[in-house]
Amino acid sequence: MNRLDGKLGLLSALPLALVLLLSFLAPLVVVALFSIMPPKVFSLANMPDFSAYSLFFSQGYYKSLLWSLGMALSATAILVVICWPLAYAMAKVFGRFSLILTVAVVMSLFVSENIRLFGWVLTLMKGGLIEGHLRAWTGMGFESPLYSVPIIVFGLVYVYLPFMLFPLAQGISMVPDDTRQAAYDLGASRWQVLWQIEVPLAAPGIVVGSLLTFVLAAGALAESKILGGQAVIAIADDVETAFTFGQNWPLGSALSMILIVIIGGLALFGVSKVDLDAIMGRKR
Amino acid sequence: MTTSRSTRIVLYVYGILVIAFLYLPLISVGFASVSQARYLSFPIKRYSTKWYGEALASSTVSDLLTTSLSVAVLVTLISVVVAFFGALAFARYHWRFRTTFQKLILLPIFFPQTVLGLALLMWFNSLGIIPSWKTAVVAHLVWIAPIATLIVAIRAYSFDPALEEAARDMGAGTFTILREVTLPLLMPGLVSAGLFAFLLSWGNFPLSLFTTGADSTLPEWLYAKMVSGYSPLVPTLGVMSVVGSFVLILAAFAVAWLVRANRDAKVAQD
Repeated sequence: MNRLDGKLGLLSALPLALVLLLSFLAPLVVVALFSIMPPKVFSLANMPDFSAYSLFFSQGYYKSLLWSLGMALSATAILVVICWPLAYAMAKVFGRFSLILTVAVVMSLFVSENIRLFGWVLTLMKGGLIEGHLRAWTGMGFESPLYSVPIIVFGLVYVYLPFMLFPLAQGISMVPDDTRQAAYDLGASRWQVLWQIEVPLAAPGIVVGSLLTFVLAAGALAESKILGGQAVIAIADDVETAFTFGQNWPLGSALSMILIVIIGGLALFGVSKVDLDAIMGRKR
Repeated sequence: MTTSRSTRIVLYVYGILVIAFLYLPLISVGFASVSQARYLSFPIKRYSTKWYGEALASSTVSDLLTTSLSVAVLVTLISVVVAFFGALAFARYHWRFRTTFQKLILLPIFFPQTVLGLALLMWFNSLGIIPSWKTAVVAHLVWIAPIATLIVAIRAYSFDPALEEAARDMGAGTFTILREVTLPLLMPGLVSAGLFAFLLSWGNFPLSLFTTGADSTLPEWLYAKMVSGYSPLVPTLGVMSVVGSFVLILAAFAVAWLVRANRDAKVAQD
Protein backbone atom coordinates (compact mmCIF):
# COMPACT_ATOMS: atom_id res chain seq x y z
CA MET A 1 0.00 0.00 0.00
CA ASN A 2 2.81 2.39 0.83
CA ARG A 3 4.55 2.20 -2.51
CA LEU A 4 1.27 2.79 -4.28
CA ASP A 5 0.61 5.78 -2.03
CA GLY A 6 4.01 7.19 -2.91
CA LYS A 7 3.34 6.89 -6.61
CA LEU A 8 -0.19 8.29 -6.45
CA GLY A 9 0.94 11.18 -4.25
CA LEU A 10 3.60 12.22 -6.71
CA LEU A 11 1.23 11.89 -9.68
CA SER A 12 -1.56 13.89 -8.10
CA ALA A 13 0.84 16.63 -7.04
CA LEU A 14 1.93 17.08 -10.66
CA PRO A 15 -0.84 19.34 -12.04
CA LEU A 16 -0.52 21.93 -9.29
CA ALA A 17 3.26 21.69 -9.26
CA LEU A 18 3.26 22.31 -13.01
CA VAL A 19 0.95 25.33 -12.69
CA LEU A 20 3.18 26.84 -10.00
CA LEU A 21 6.40 26.04 -11.84
CA LEU A 22 5.22 27.82 -14.99
CA SER A 23 3.37 30.71 -13.42
CA PHE A 24 5.19 31.36 -10.14
CA LEU A 25 8.76 30.10 -10.15
CA ALA A 26 9.63 30.87 -13.78
CA PRO A 27 8.35 34.48 -13.61
CA LEU A 28 10.37 35.10 -10.45
CA VAL A 29 13.50 33.90 -12.23
CA VAL A 30 12.74 36.29 -15.09
CA VAL A 31 12.38 39.20 -12.63
CA ALA A 32 15.73 38.31 -11.05
CA LEU A 33 17.39 38.25 -14.48
CA PHE A 34 15.80 41.50 -15.63
CA SER A 35 16.91 43.27 -12.48
CA ILE A 36 20.57 42.99 -13.53
CA MET A 37 20.02 44.27 -17.07
CA PRO A 38 21.15 47.75 -18.17
CA PRO A 39 18.47 50.50 -17.99
CA LYS A 40 15.47 50.62 -20.29
CA VAL A 41 15.92 47.36 -22.18
CA PHE A 42 13.06 44.99 -22.95
CA SER A 43 14.97 41.77 -23.57
CA LEU A 44 17.33 39.62 -21.57
CA ALA A 45 19.95 39.52 -24.33
CA ASN A 46 22.15 42.27 -22.87
CA MET A 47 25.30 42.50 -20.82
CA PRO A 48 24.30 42.37 -17.16
CA ASP A 49 25.13 45.28 -14.87
CA PHE A 50 23.80 46.30 -11.49
CA SER A 51 22.95 49.92 -12.33
CA ALA A 52 19.27 49.44 -11.44
CA TYR A 53 20.16 48.53 -7.87
CA SER A 54 22.32 51.60 -7.41
CA LEU A 55 19.33 53.74 -8.40
CA PHE A 56 17.52 52.31 -5.38
CA PHE A 57 19.80 54.34 -3.14
CA SER A 58 20.68 57.30 -5.34
CA GLN A 59 17.08 58.09 -6.40
CA GLY A 60 15.59 57.73 -2.93
CA TYR A 61 13.51 54.62 -3.64
CA TYR A 62 14.55 53.26 -0.26
CA LYS A 63 12.26 55.88 1.29
CA SER A 64 9.21 54.30 -0.37
CA LEU A 65 10.34 50.91 0.88
CA LEU A 66 10.72 52.21 4.42
CA TRP A 67 7.29 53.85 4.25
CA SER A 68 5.71 50.64 2.99
CA LEU A 69 7.39 48.51 5.64
CA GLY A 70 6.57 51.02 8.37
CA MET A 71 2.91 51.27 7.41
CA ALA A 72 2.66 47.48 7.11
CA LEU A 73 4.22 47.11 10.55
CA SER A 74 1.80 49.60 12.14
CA ALA A 75 -1.17 47.93 10.45
CA THR A 76 -0.03 44.52 11.72
CA ALA A 77 0.43 45.76 15.28
CA ILE A 78 -2.99 47.44 15.30
CA LEU A 79 -4.60 44.33 13.83
CA VAL A 80 -3.18 42.03 16.53
CA VAL A 81 -4.72 44.27 19.19
CA ILE A 82 -8.15 44.74 17.61
CA CYS A 83 -8.49 41.14 16.40
CA TRP A 84 -7.43 39.46 19.65
CA PRO A 85 -10.67 39.95 21.63
CA LEU A 86 -12.78 39.01 18.62
CA ALA A 87 -10.69 35.95 17.78
CA TYR A 88 -10.83 34.94 21.44
CA ALA A 89 -14.61 35.28 21.43
CA MET A 90 -14.89 33.32 18.17
CA ALA A 91 -12.82 30.48 19.55
CA LYS A 92 -14.15 30.34 23.11
CA VAL A 93 -17.29 32.40 23.72
CA PHE A 94 -19.53 32.68 20.66
CA GLY A 95 -21.37 29.55 19.66
CA ARG A 96 -23.52 29.98 16.59
CA PHE A 97 -22.54 33.63 16.27
CA SER A 98 -19.00 32.49 15.34
CA LEU A 99 -20.39 30.97 12.17
CA ILE A 100 -22.38 34.09 11.30
CA LEU A 101 -19.30 36.23 11.89
CA THR A 102 -17.14 33.92 9.76
CA VAL A 103 -19.62 34.02 6.88
CA ALA A 104 -19.93 37.82 7.11
CA VAL A 105 -16.15 38.31 7.11
CA VAL A 106 -15.53 35.83 4.28
CA MET A 107 -18.28 37.39 2.16
CA SER A 108 -16.64 40.79 2.47
CA LEU A 109 -13.49 39.23 0.97
CA PHE A 110 -15.36 38.48 -2.24
CA VAL A 111 -15.92 42.17 -2.88
CA SER A 112 -13.09 43.65 -4.87
CA GLU A 113 -10.81 45.55 -2.47
CA ASN A 114 -10.86 48.68 -4.58
CA ILE A 115 -14.66 48.86 -4.39
CA ARG A 116 -14.46 48.66 -0.59
CA LEU A 117 -11.71 51.27 -0.40
CA PHE A 118 -13.63 53.53 -2.74
CA GLY A 119 -16.57 53.12 -0.38
CA TRP A 120 -14.37 54.55 2.40
CA VAL A 121 -13.56 57.53 0.19
CA LEU A 122 -17.30 58.14 -0.24
CA THR A 123 -17.80 57.67 3.50
CA LEU A 124 -15.01 59.93 4.73
CA MET A 125 -14.63 62.61 2.06
CA LYS A 126 -15.84 66.18 2.57
CA GLY A 127 -19.51 65.98 1.68
CA GLY A 128 -19.33 62.22 2.14
CA LEU A 129 -21.65 59.93 4.08
CA ILE A 130 -20.43 61.03 7.54
CA GLU A 131 -19.38 64.65 7.05
CA GLY A 132 -22.28 65.47 4.72
CA HIS A 133 -24.94 64.17 7.09
CA LEU A 134 -23.27 65.70 10.13
CA ARG A 135 -23.22 69.10 8.46
CA ALA A 136 -26.82 68.79 7.30
CA TRP A 137 -27.99 67.93 10.83
CA THR A 138 -25.77 70.05 13.06
CA GLY A 139 -24.32 72.64 10.73
CA MET A 140 -20.80 71.65 11.73
CA GLY A 141 -18.48 69.89 9.33
CA PHE A 142 -14.92 68.63 9.71
CA GLU A 143 -11.89 68.38 7.50
CA SER A 144 -11.68 65.12 5.58
CA PRO A 145 -9.10 62.71 7.04
CA LEU A 146 -8.36 61.38 3.55
CA TYR A 147 -5.04 61.64 1.73
CA SER A 148 -2.74 61.23 4.72
CA VAL A 149 -0.53 58.48 6.12
CA PRO A 150 -2.86 57.42 8.99
CA ILE A 151 -5.70 56.85 6.53
CA ILE A 152 -3.49 54.51 4.46
CA VAL A 153 -2.75 52.51 7.60
CA PHE A 154 -6.48 52.53 8.31
CA GLY A 155 -7.10 51.13 4.80
CA LEU A 156 -4.51 48.39 5.35
CA VAL A 157 -6.11 47.49 8.69
CA TYR A 158 -9.50 47.36 7.02
CA VAL A 159 -8.50 45.25 4.01
CA TYR A 160 -6.30 42.74 5.83
CA LEU A 161 -8.46 42.21 8.94
CA PRO A 162 -9.65 38.74 7.85
CA PHE A 163 -6.06 37.59 7.27
CA MET A 164 -5.28 38.32 10.92
CA LEU A 165 -8.61 37.30 12.44
CA PHE A 166 -8.81 33.72 11.17
CA PRO A 167 -5.25 32.58 12.00
CA LEU A 168 -5.60 34.20 15.45
CA ALA A 169 -8.90 32.44 16.15
CA GLN A 170 -7.31 29.18 15.01
CA GLY A 171 -4.33 29.79 17.32
CA ILE A 172 -6.48 30.66 20.33
CA SER A 173 -8.67 27.59 19.83
CA MET A 174 -5.52 25.52 20.42
CA VAL A 175 -5.13 26.87 23.98
CA PRO A 176 -6.62 24.19 26.26
CA ASP A 177 -9.31 25.50 28.60
CA ASP A 178 -7.94 23.30 31.42
CA THR A 179 -4.56 25.05 31.35
CA ARG A 180 -6.16 28.47 31.63
CA GLN A 181 -8.48 27.29 34.39
CA ALA A 182 -5.57 25.75 36.28
CA ALA A 183 -3.69 29.05 36.13
CA TYR A 184 -6.71 30.92 37.50
CA ASP A 185 -7.12 28.32 40.26
CA LEU A 186 -3.49 28.83 41.24
CA GLY A 187 -4.20 32.53 41.67
CA ALA A 188 -2.97 34.01 38.40
CA SER A 189 -4.39 37.39 37.45
CA ARG A 190 -6.08 38.02 34.11
CA TRP A 191 -2.90 39.67 32.72
CA GLN A 192 -0.71 36.82 33.87
CA VAL A 193 -3.00 34.32 32.14
CA LEU A 194 -2.91 36.41 28.97
CA TRP A 195 0.87 36.86 28.87
CA GLN A 196 2.04 33.56 30.34
CA ILE A 197 -0.59 31.11 29.10
CA GLU A 198 -2.64 32.37 26.17
CA VAL A 199 -0.11 34.32 24.13
CA PRO A 200 2.63 31.65 24.20
CA LEU A 201 0.21 28.80 23.44
CA ALA A 202 -1.52 30.71 20.64
CA ALA A 203 1.86 31.79 19.22
CA PRO A 204 1.58 29.80 15.96
CA GLY A 205 -1.64 31.62 15.09
CA ILE A 206 -0.15 35.00 16.04
CA VAL A 207 2.95 34.35 13.93
CA VAL A 208 1.02 33.20 10.86
CA GLY A 209 -1.53 36.02 11.08
CA SER A 210 1.13 38.70 11.59
CA LEU A 211 3.34 37.45 8.78
CA LEU A 212 0.43 37.15 6.39
CA THR A 213 -0.86 40.67 7.08
CA PHE A 214 2.62 42.21 7.11
CA VAL A 215 3.66 40.60 3.87
CA LEU A 216 0.45 41.45 2.01
CA ALA A 217 0.36 44.99 3.40
CA ALA A 218 3.99 45.65 2.48
CA GLY A 219 3.25 44.92 -1.17
CA ALA A 220 -0.10 46.69 -1.22
CA LEU A 221 -0.85 49.32 -3.83
CA ALA A 222 -4.56 50.18 -3.85
CA GLU A 223 -4.70 51.58 -0.28
CA SER A 224 -2.08 54.26 -0.87
CA LYS A 225 -3.43 55.11 -4.32
CA ILE A 226 -7.14 55.30 -3.52
CA LEU A 227 -7.19 56.50 0.10
CA GLY A 228 -3.76 58.08 0.33
CA GLY A 229 -3.75 60.23 -2.78
CA GLN A 230 -0.16 61.38 -3.12
CA ALA A 231 0.56 61.57 0.63
CA VAL A 232 3.31 58.98 0.42
CA ILE A 233 4.43 56.64 -2.35
CA ALA A 234 4.35 52.93 -1.55
CA ILE A 235 7.09 50.72 -2.94
CA ALA A 236 4.55 48.81 -5.06
CA ASP A 237 3.56 52.17 -6.53
CA ASP A 238 7.19 52.90 -7.49
CA VAL A 239 7.40 49.48 -9.09
CA GLU A 240 4.26 50.16 -11.10
CA THR A 241 5.48 53.58 -12.21
CA ALA A 242 8.83 52.16 -13.30
CA PHE A 243 7.03 49.68 -15.52
CA THR A 244 4.32 51.92 -16.94
CA PHE A 245 5.34 55.60 -17.18
CA GLY A 246 9.04 55.01 -16.72
CA GLN A 247 9.22 52.16 -19.28
CA ASN A 248 12.22 50.97 -17.28
CA TRP A 249 11.79 47.26 -16.73
CA PRO A 250 15.20 46.64 -15.12
CA LEU A 251 14.51 49.36 -12.53
CA GLY A 252 11.06 47.94 -11.82
CA SER A 253 12.53 44.46 -11.54
CA ALA A 254 15.28 45.58 -9.17
CA LEU A 255 12.72 47.29 -6.91
CA SER A 256 10.55 44.16 -7.08
CA MET A 257 13.52 41.95 -6.24
CA ILE A 258 14.26 43.94 -3.08
CA LEU A 259 10.63 43.56 -2.02
CA ILE A 260 10.60 39.88 -3.03
CA VAL A 261 13.72 39.09 -1.00
CA ILE A 262 12.31 40.71 2.15
CA ILE A 263 8.85 39.21 1.73
CA GLY A 264 10.03 35.85 0.43
CA GLY A 265 12.37 35.51 3.41
CA LEU A 266 9.56 36.23 5.86
CA ALA A 267 7.14 33.98 3.96
CA LEU A 268 9.60 31.07 3.94
CA PHE A 269 10.19 31.55 7.65
CA GLY A 270 6.45 31.65 8.35
CA VAL A 271 5.65 28.67 6.17
CA SER A 272 8.40 26.59 7.78
CA LYS A 273 6.84 27.26 11.20
CA VAL A 274 3.38 25.89 10.43
CA ASP A 275 2.41 22.28 10.77
CA LEU A 276 -0.43 22.08 8.29
CA ASP A 277 -1.48 18.58 9.27
CA ALA A 278 -2.03 19.78 12.82
CA ILE A 279 -3.94 22.91 11.80
CA MET A 280 -6.17 21.50 9.09
CA GLY A 281 -6.51 17.82 9.87
CA ARG A 282 -7.45 17.95 13.50
CA LYS A 283 -10.53 15.77 12.97
CA ARG A 284 -8.53 12.63 12.32
CA MET B 1 -15.38 27.97 30.67
CA THR B 2 -16.81 30.84 32.64
CA THR B 3 -17.09 34.21 31.01
CA SER B 4 -19.10 36.76 32.93
CA ARG B 5 -22.38 37.95 31.46
CA SER B 6 -21.20 41.52 30.96
CA THR B 7 -18.01 40.38 29.17
CA ARG B 8 -20.12 38.26 26.86
CA ILE B 9 -22.36 41.19 25.99
CA VAL B 10 -19.35 43.43 25.32
CA LEU B 11 -17.86 40.79 23.03
CA TYR B 12 -21.10 40.34 21.06
CA VAL B 13 -21.41 44.11 20.61
CA TYR B 14 -17.78 44.23 19.48
CA GLY B 15 -18.43 41.47 16.93
CA ILE B 16 -21.43 43.31 15.53
CA LEU B 17 -19.41 46.55 15.35
CA VAL B 18 -16.67 44.80 13.39
CA ILE B 19 -19.22 43.49 10.89
CA ALA B 20 -20.66 47.00 10.58
CA PHE B 21 -17.13 48.35 10.06
CA LEU B 22 -16.56 45.84 7.25
CA TYR B 23 -19.78 46.71 5.44
CA LEU B 24 -20.08 50.47 6.04
CA PRO B 25 -18.18 51.44 2.86
CA LEU B 26 -20.49 49.23 0.80
CA ILE B 27 -23.48 51.11 2.18
CA SER B 28 -21.92 54.38 0.99
CA VAL B 29 -21.35 52.87 -2.45
CA GLY B 30 -24.95 51.68 -2.48
CA PHE B 31 -26.31 55.15 -1.70
CA ALA B 32 -23.97 56.76 -4.21
CA SER B 33 -25.21 54.45 -6.96
CA VAL B 34 -28.78 55.77 -6.68
CA SER B 35 -27.89 59.45 -6.50
CA GLN B 36 -29.04 61.39 -9.51
CA ALA B 37 -26.38 64.07 -9.37
CA ARG B 38 -23.33 63.72 -11.60
CA TYR B 39 -21.09 64.98 -8.79
CA LEU B 40 -21.93 63.14 -5.64
CA SER B 41 -22.41 64.76 -2.26
CA PHE B 42 -24.23 63.55 0.83
CA PRO B 43 -26.98 63.84 1.97
CA ILE B 44 -28.40 62.74 -1.36
CA LYS B 45 -31.02 65.13 -2.69
CA ARG B 46 -32.62 63.17 -5.50
CA TYR B 47 -32.67 59.43 -5.92
CA SER B 48 -32.81 57.87 -9.32
CA THR B 49 -31.93 54.63 -11.06
CA LYS B 50 -30.82 56.32 -14.24
CA TRP B 51 -27.16 55.26 -13.86
CA TYR B 52 -28.28 51.64 -13.75
CA GLY B 53 -30.14 52.12 -17.01
CA GLU B 54 -27.08 53.76 -18.52
CA ALA B 55 -24.80 50.97 -17.29
CA LEU B 56 -27.01 48.24 -18.72
CA ALA B 57 -27.22 50.00 -22.08
CA SER B 58 -23.48 50.63 -22.35
CA SER B 59 -21.41 48.37 -24.59
CA THR B 60 -18.26 49.07 -22.54
CA VAL B 61 -20.00 47.58 -19.54
CA SER B 62 -21.08 44.46 -21.37
CA ASP B 63 -17.50 44.00 -22.67
CA LEU B 64 -16.17 44.33 -19.13
CA LEU B 65 -18.70 41.81 -17.83
CA THR B 66 -17.90 39.34 -20.62
CA THR B 67 -14.17 39.56 -19.95
CA SER B 68 -14.55 39.20 -16.16
CA LEU B 69 -16.95 36.31 -16.60
CA SER B 70 -14.75 34.45 -19.11
CA VAL B 71 -11.73 34.76 -16.83
CA ALA B 72 -13.67 33.67 -13.74
CA VAL B 73 -15.27 30.65 -15.44
CA LEU B 74 -11.98 29.34 -16.85
CA VAL B 75 -10.17 29.94 -13.55
CA THR B 76 -12.92 28.04 -11.72
CA LEU B 77 -12.83 25.01 -14.02
CA ILE B 78 -9.04 24.69 -14.03
CA SER B 79 -8.73 25.36 -10.28
CA VAL B 80 -11.25 22.67 -9.38
CA VAL B 81 -9.48 19.99 -11.45
CA VAL B 82 -6.04 20.99 -10.18
CA ALA B 83 -7.33 21.25 -6.59
CA PHE B 84 -8.91 17.78 -6.69
CA PHE B 85 -5.56 16.11 -7.36
CA GLY B 86 -3.59 18.66 -5.38
CA ALA B 87 -5.70 18.05 -2.27
CA LEU B 88 -5.13 14.30 -2.50
CA ALA B 89 -1.38 14.88 -2.65
CA PHE B 90 -1.73 17.39 0.18
CA ALA B 91 -3.82 15.39 2.63
CA ARG B 92 -4.56 11.84 1.55
CA TYR B 93 -1.51 10.06 0.14
CA HIS B 94 1.59 9.53 2.22
CA TRP B 95 4.44 10.25 -0.12
CA ARG B 96 7.97 11.42 0.25
CA PHE B 97 7.80 15.13 -0.49
CA ARG B 98 4.38 15.73 1.00
CA THR B 99 5.37 18.30 3.63
CA THR B 100 7.57 20.13 1.10
CA PHE B 101 4.66 20.20 -1.32
CA GLN B 102 2.33 21.54 1.39
CA LYS B 103 4.67 24.41 2.14
CA LEU B 104 5.46 25.15 -1.47
CA ILE B 105 1.85 25.77 -2.42
CA LEU B 106 1.44 28.23 0.46
CA LEU B 107 4.16 30.53 -0.91
CA PRO B 108 2.10 32.19 -3.67
CA ILE B 109 -0.61 33.05 -1.10
CA PHE B 110 2.06 34.88 0.95
CA PHE B 111 3.11 36.96 -2.05
CA PRO B 112 2.06 40.52 -2.96
CA GLN B 113 -0.18 40.08 -5.96
CA THR B 114 0.87 43.24 -7.78
CA VAL B 115 4.46 42.01 -7.88
CA LEU B 116 3.31 38.58 -9.07
CA GLY B 117 1.35 40.24 -11.87
CA LEU B 118 4.39 42.21 -13.01
CA ALA B 119 6.60 39.14 -12.87
CA LEU B 120 4.09 37.31 -15.07
CA LEU B 121 4.00 40.22 -17.53
CA MET B 122 7.77 39.96 -18.00
CA TRP B 123 7.61 36.20 -18.23
CA PHE B 124 4.94 36.34 -20.97
CA ASN B 125 6.96 39.00 -22.75
CA SER B 126 10.12 36.88 -22.79
CA LEU B 127 8.08 33.94 -24.11
CA GLY B 128 6.68 36.18 -26.86
CA ILE B 129 3.08 35.89 -25.64
CA ILE B 130 0.92 39.01 -26.04
CA PRO B 131 -1.10 39.56 -22.85
CA SER B 132 -4.89 39.31 -23.14
CA TRP B 133 -7.65 38.06 -20.86
CA LYS B 134 -6.31 34.52 -21.39
CA THR B 135 -3.00 35.40 -19.73
CA ALA B 136 -5.00 36.88 -16.84
CA VAL B 137 -6.44 33.39 -16.32
CA VAL B 138 -2.90 32.10 -15.75
CA ALA B 139 -2.22 34.99 -13.36
CA HIS B 140 -5.33 34.30 -11.31
CA LEU B 141 -4.48 30.60 -11.12
CA VAL B 142 -1.17 31.28 -9.34
CA TRP B 143 -3.06 32.58 -6.35
CA ILE B 144 -6.45 30.87 -6.62
CA ALA B 145 -5.41 27.28 -7.41
CA PRO B 146 -3.49 26.96 -4.09
CA ILE B 147 -6.45 28.38 -2.15
CA ALA B 148 -8.85 25.97 -3.88
CA THR B 149 -6.45 23.14 -3.03
CA LEU B 150 -6.47 24.09 0.66
CA ILE B 151 -10.28 24.12 0.69
CA VAL B 152 -10.55 20.65 -0.87
CA ALA B 153 -7.75 19.44 1.42
CA ILE B 154 -9.84 20.24 4.51
CA ARG B 155 -12.42 17.80 3.17
CA ALA B 156 -9.78 15.27 2.14
CA TYR B 157 -8.40 15.20 5.70
CA SER B 158 -11.74 14.10 7.09
CA PHE B 159 -12.20 11.09 4.86
CA ASP B 160 -11.39 7.56 5.88
CA PRO B 161 -8.73 5.91 3.66
CA ALA B 162 -10.28 2.54 4.58
CA LEU B 163 -13.09 3.28 2.11
CA GLU B 164 -10.59 3.37 -0.75
CA GLU B 165 -8.79 0.31 0.55
CA ALA B 166 -12.05 -1.64 0.73
CA ALA B 167 -12.76 -0.77 -2.91
CA ARG B 168 -9.25 -1.88 -3.85
CA ASP B 169 -9.63 -5.18 -1.98
CA MET B 170 -12.76 -5.86 -3.96
CA GLY B 171 -10.79 -5.50 -7.18
CA ALA B 172 -11.40 -1.90 -8.23
CA GLY B 173 -8.58 -0.21 -10.18
CA THR B 174 -7.07 3.17 -9.25
CA PHE B 175 -9.14 5.04 -11.82
CA THR B 176 -12.41 3.38 -10.76
CA ILE B 177 -11.68 4.18 -7.11
CA LEU B 178 -11.04 7.84 -7.92
CA ARG B 179 -14.28 8.08 -9.87
CA GLU B 180 -16.59 5.98 -7.68
CA VAL B 181 -15.23 6.57 -4.16
CA THR B 182 -12.91 9.58 -3.93
CA LEU B 183 -14.75 12.00 -6.22
CA PRO B 184 -18.18 11.67 -4.52
CA LEU B 185 -16.57 11.95 -1.08
CA LEU B 186 -14.71 15.14 -2.00
CA MET B 187 -17.66 16.65 -3.89
CA PRO B 188 -18.77 19.14 -1.19
CA GLY B 189 -15.19 20.42 -0.94
CA LEU B 190 -14.95 20.72 -4.72
CA VAL B 191 -18.17 22.72 -4.88
CA SER B 192 -17.03 25.20 -2.24
CA ALA B 193 -13.58 25.42 -3.85
CA GLY B 194 -15.27 26.20 -7.17
CA LEU B 195 -17.39 28.87 -5.54
CA PHE B 196 -14.36 30.45 -3.86
CA ALA B 197 -12.37 30.31 -7.09
CA PHE B 198 -15.11 32.01 -9.08
CA LEU B 199 -15.74 34.76 -6.55
CA LEU B 200 -12.06 35.47 -5.88
CA SER B 201 -11.35 35.68 -9.60
CA TRP B 202 -14.43 37.85 -10.22
CA GLY B 203 -13.34 40.41 -7.64
CA ASN B 204 -9.58 40.23 -8.16
CA PHE B 205 -7.82 43.40 -9.18
CA PRO B 206 -4.07 43.31 -8.41
CA LEU B 207 -3.38 40.18 -10.47
CA SER B 208 -5.35 41.46 -13.46
CA LEU B 209 -3.75 44.90 -13.43
CA PHE B 210 -0.71 44.02 -15.55
CA THR B 211 -1.73 40.77 -17.16
CA THR B 212 -4.84 41.53 -19.23
CA GLY B 213 -3.11 43.51 -21.97
CA ALA B 214 -5.64 45.47 -24.00
CA ASP B 215 -8.62 43.74 -22.36
CA SER B 216 -9.99 45.01 -19.09
CA THR B 217 -11.87 43.30 -16.27
CA LEU B 218 -14.53 45.02 -14.21
CA PRO B 219 -12.34 45.68 -11.10
CA GLU B 220 -9.56 47.05 -13.34
CA TRP B 221 -11.90 49.49 -15.05
CA LEU B 222 -13.27 50.63 -11.69
CA TYR B 223 -9.73 51.23 -10.40
CA ALA B 224 -8.78 53.22 -13.49
CA LYS B 225 -11.83 55.46 -13.01
CA MET B 226 -11.23 55.84 -9.27
CA VAL B 227 -7.66 57.11 -9.57
CA SER B 228 -8.28 59.35 -12.58
CA GLY B 229 -11.44 61.32 -12.03
CA TYR B 230 -14.86 60.24 -10.90
CA SER B 231 -17.51 58.62 -13.06
CA PRO B 232 -21.07 58.21 -11.76
CA LEU B 233 -20.94 54.70 -13.19
CA VAL B 234 -18.27 53.64 -10.64
CA PRO B 235 -20.65 53.12 -7.68
CA THR B 236 -23.29 51.66 -10.00
CA LEU B 237 -20.98 49.03 -11.45
CA GLY B 238 -19.52 48.41 -8.00
CA VAL B 239 -22.97 47.61 -6.67
CA MET B 240 -23.77 45.41 -9.67
CA SER B 241 -20.57 43.43 -9.15
CA VAL B 242 -21.22 43.00 -5.42
CA VAL B 243 -24.86 42.03 -5.92
CA GLY B 244 -23.78 39.48 -8.54
CA SER B 245 -21.40 37.82 -6.06
CA PHE B 246 -23.90 37.80 -3.21
CA VAL B 247 -26.68 36.34 -5.36
CA LEU B 248 -24.32 33.53 -6.33
CA ILE B 249 -23.47 32.87 -2.67
CA LEU B 250 -27.13 32.85 -1.66
CA ALA B 251 -27.94 30.50 -4.55
CA ALA B 252 -25.16 28.18 -3.38
CA PHE B 253 -26.52 28.19 0.19
CA ALA B 254 -30.03 27.52 -1.12
CA VAL B 255 -28.86 24.58 -3.24
CA ALA B 256 -26.86 23.12 -0.34
CA TRP B 257 -29.92 23.44 1.89
CA LEU B 258 -32.20 21.77 -0.71
CA VAL B 259 -29.76 18.89 -1.19
CA ARG B 260 -29.60 18.32 2.57
CA ALA B 261 -33.39 18.56 2.99
CA ASN B 262 -33.84 16.11 0.12
CA ARG B 263 -31.39 13.65 1.65
CA ASP B 264 -33.00 13.92 5.08
CA ALA B 265 -36.40 13.27 3.51
CA LYS B 266 -35.03 10.16 1.80
CA VAL B 267 -33.47 8.90 5.02
CA ALA B 268 -36.79 9.48 6.78
CA GLN B 269 -38.59 7.45 4.10
CA ASP B 270 -36.28 4.44 4.38
